[in-house]
Amino acid sequence: MTETGAGTTTRSVLKITDLVAGYGGGDVLRGVSLEVTTGGVTCVVGPNGAGKSTLMATISALVRPRLGSIELDGRNLVGLSPRQVLRLGVVQVPQNHSLFRDMTVRENVELGGYILSDRALTARRMAAVFDLFPDIAGWAQKKAGSLSGGQQRLVEFGRALMLEPRLLLLDEPSMGLAPKILRTVFGAIRQMNSAGTTILLVEQNARAGLRLSSHGVVMESGRVRLSGTGREVLENPEIGALYLGGPVSPE
Amino acid sequence: MSMLLRTEGVRKAYGGVQALDACEIEVGEGSVAGLIGPNGSGKTTLFNVITGYAKADAGHVYLADRKITNLAPDKVFALGIGRTFQLTRIFASLTVLENMLVASRHGRGSARKHAMEQLDFVGIAGHQAELAGTLSYGQRKLLELAYVLVADPAVILLDEPAGGVNLSLVNHIADRIRELNAAGKTFLIVEHNMEFVMGLCDRVTVLDSGTVVAAGPPGIIRTDRRVLNAYLGEDLDAGEDE
Repeated sequence: MTETGAGTTTRSVLKITDLVAGYGGGDVLRGVSLEVTTGGVTCVVGPNGAGKSTLMATISALVRPRLGSIELDGRNLVGLSPRQVLRLGVVQVPQNHSLFRDMTVRENVELGGYILSDRALTARRMAAVFDLFPDIAGWAQKKAGSLSGGQQRLVEFGRALMLEPRLLLLDEPSMGLAPKILRTVFGAIRQMNSAGTTILLVEQNARAGLRLSSHGVVMESGRVRLSGTGREVLENPEIGALYLGGPVSPE
Repeated sequence: MSMLLRTEGVRKAYGGVQALDACEIEVGEGSVAGLIGPNGSGKTTLFNVITGYAKADAGHVYLADRKITNLAPDKVFALGIGRTFQLTRIFASLTVLENMLVASRHGRGSARKHAMEQLDFVGIAGHQAELAGTLSYGQRKLLELAYVLVADPAVILLDEPAGGVNLSLVNHIADRIRELNAAGKTFLIVEHNMEFVMGLCDRVTVLDSGTVVAAGPPGIIRTDRRVLNAYLGEDLDAGEDE
């Protein structure tokens, strides 16, 4: 539980404590602690190599942490398989495009629910996705590979929603997209959040990402160096030193 | 200081994306120059244009006073511009020493001796008989540096030399660059590790969307608002929020 300024309490969906993880011999995450509040968008920004994508991979159990805990609604995820984490409702949209290009958009979205055994439930979820994003319904019969990068991103979002995620992880959704298309993608993130999805967003476009987020975190060298509301983080003068190097006062 | 390498009005588009737009950089003879910018800002594309791996749509590249625009990569290499790649490119099924001999322009007798000197200099001479494919990632980076040195280029372009390697190796690579620079080599370095760039370079050029937004000594670049703006990205909501 976290005290908010208004004196009410808001629950955390995800609570990460002192997380240490990496590949091979080296640690990329060197003691990361952060919380994701229910119903909000939490945005993680930071320079290249800060550990943002490793953080996402570790939450999804693709990387096993050496130390620390990752709690989803109070349950420690460390030690679970990626599939078990998915079943608990943590769904990640990866950085690189991940649709099956030769399958239709509809088939791709439907595949998002492949762990659901109830066909009626799958159909209801798909209808809900099409309701939220009518554009996707319009592309339903097209081959996914024929869509633009921005359109594919939207379909990836729709596919992730098939599991009604408890927590949606978005890893650099703006990667490789033209500025004009970014607006659509960020609009879609807002829409998913308004519809009730809690989101943890990693974003290289820090300004756009922090703007739409209730909470922001700046990572650097595998640690959380700044946190606050999206606006507080953006306006903190220390953000410059974190991106461009140089001495920064400790947390 | 005279300019050993410079580009003038270089433009390069891939599909609909303008990767480089009127891009101008200058690298002084005997200097260590840095090239930074957010992901996708055009740094590697500029390396590719300079070294002949990509054709410029417009503009020119000069080595000293010689126009080398759009020459083939082997010609650029022969004229004295060596480079490494972001993802190391070595022959995995050749030994470390054989990799070095492939790059050598020395006669048969001296090639081996010269190659061993370079391997010794970067610190992997002990691995000369091992297959390059068995080296660690950091050792491969060192092999690539040695590989470039064997041809004795005047200018060395390094694409993320500190990327993905541990801190002690980062420091080791920085020291090697300083030594080579003291011996007269000129460097142009693309790197995301700011400590590395700012600690090593005399002058840093910042690219954003294919254009130079700032250039100057590290102390100035570090505090330049335009540079931070480039890194933090475009404000999509400007004018419509609040």
